[in-house]
Amino acid sequence: MSSSDNSNLYRAIIMDHYQNSRNKGLVENPRGYMTVRLKNPSCGDDLTVQLKVEGTMVKEVHQLGAGCSICCASASMMAESLEGQTLEEALRRIDNFNKMVQGEAYDEDLVGEAVSLEGVSHLPQRVKCATLAWQASKRGLEKIEDERARGLADHEANEGSIEDDVSPED
Amino acid sequence: MKKHTKQDRPSSVLVAKDGRTVEEIRKDFPMTQALEHGHPLIYFNSGATSLKPVQVLDKMDRYYKEYGVNVARGVDKIGYDATKAYEDVRAQTARFIGAARPEEIIFTRNTTEALNLIAYAYGGSHIAEGDEIIVSVNEHHANYVPWQELAKRQGAKLVLVKPDKTGQVTPELLEEKMTTRTRLVALFHVSNVMGASNDLEALAEVSHRQGAVLVVDGAQGIVHHPVDVMKSDVDFYCFSGHKLLGPTGIGVLYGKADLLRAMPPWQFGGEMIDVVGDYETTFADIPARFEAGTMPIAEVLGLGEALAYVDRIGYDFIQAQIALLGQRMVEGLEALPNMEIYNASNYRNGVLAYNAKGIHPHDVAGVYDREGISIRAGHHCNQPTMRFLDVQSTLRASVNFYNTLDEVEHFIEVSKKAGDFLDVLF
Repeated sequence: MSSSDNSNLYRAIIMDHYQNSRNKGLVENPRGYMTVRLKNPSCGDDLTVQLKVEGTMVKEVHQLGAGCSICCASASMMAESLEGQTLEEALRRIDNFNKMVQGEAYDEDLVGEAVSLEGVSHLPQRVKCATLAWQASKRGLEKIEDERARGLADHEANEGSIEDDVSPED
Repeated sequence: MKKHTKQDRPSSVLVAKDGRTVEEIRKDFPMTQALEHGHPLIYFNSGATSLKPVQVLDKMDRYYKEYGVNVARGVDKIGYDATKAYEDVRAQTARFIGAARPEEIIFTRNTTEALNLIAYAYGGSHIAEGDEIIVSVNEHHANYVPWQELAKRQGAKLVLVKPDKTGQVTPELLEEKMTTRTRLVALFHVSNVMGASNDLEALAEVSHRQGAVLVVDGAQGIVHHPVDVMKSDVDFYCFSGHKLLGPTGIGVLYGKADLLRAMPPWQFGGEMIDVVGDYETTFADIPARFEAGTMPIAEVLGLGEALAYVDRIGYDFIQAQIALLGQRMVEGLEALPNMEIYNASNYRNGVLAYNAKGIHPHDVAGVYDREGISIRAGHHCNQPTMRFLDVQSTLRASVNFYNTLDEVEHFIEVSKKAGDFLDVLF
């Protein structure tokens, strides 16, 4: 495909995720979910994800946020990409996405529709918009892993919340 | 850059007090020659910080190269020269804002530090439990959070006044909130999002009637309006050098001498002392009492040069040029169906708060950036005003006298492309 074909396709993918956001909305009762809220105080992006891991599987990923098209479309792509994956695979996909938008070598097979956001790698000031949702899930999944490592059962490990600001250095 | 047509051009080109046109004045500002994404930079973010004329940069450079020693610390000639240059700027600043005496001018890091100084030193000693502090809901965080925190520390009550729909805090609106317990009123001169101007003289009168002091955040105001602290009778007036053609790292606190003298020091160290005993210290008189440690000397000198620059071109010219640009911006954006302007009537202060309908301001800012236009998108350090407007964030285009109508025309053209925000990715 030529790059202009790509760009039209990519635009369509991003707009689709922006306007028809996947897994959008939070569960009413957050018990049994890991809730992670990340904000970028410098621009006002504010995003919450809720995660449920059962056994080795990421069973549910919910997301809701306010932000620019890149932030919101990326959150939708993240939810679609991670839900139903193993915990290990989900963390690999997050890492791979982060590499892509930071202009590092990445595995195209792992990135799925989020490849449409590759152009963010040329916009250093927008990288944090793109990674906010993925960072939130990473923080949540790692916390669940930690809790399990401490010997907590799945349902206990899932329960918790993180609220944080991303700093300019993140 | 697209040129606008001849009939759009104003019949007469504005001329500054020193006889120069905008095109000539722009040569003083190196950043007007900068490129961004291959386009000439169009700097529409002067509300955040102004561009600096070369005269200011040269002044600071000369200090470091020719007499760059500390002030008030020696009897040598070079030390005297530096001290004299530093103190001359204090006197110059006093004249610039119509203060009675040089010692009423305290140098600080910026407006924020000046406001915090008042909150700690004045607030800590003059605000008691049950007292009331009034601030508006259109204040910059720098003139909001220090008062929130002061109220908490002292057990005082923070009272909020809502401006009228143009963003102005009228004397009548303030009056409604005044009580016999009101001890301090903190308001903007010109608001950083809405661009509204407050009538300081009338607000001071209302404040004083109940025995309260009026603290003014002049960070935006002094850029657009000549300030006369004695005539307006404000008690404190704070501003930053960097928004007024000066360097970063230097701000000014003006306070009436009797008020400053009644305030304890808030930072302790060199040069602010009188006698240091083994266990007790007495403190210097104002202004030294509030200038602990080595001050940003080069920045003070740069500020002096900035004030001299403003004097040379004159506020009449600054206001006329900004009004010309602001009016055209409002006209141009109002003609676009997808733009929502929140403060069209305040164009004279050169700040336009707006949004492209249905498009996040950061997406639109990306479209401008790609064409070399620097504007601001976000909450502008003013979340209370975002709630006042009932929006999450806005775009803010802010111009200064060194901007041109050609730049405004290009800005309007690019504004039409707000919907193409995904282009930045490809």
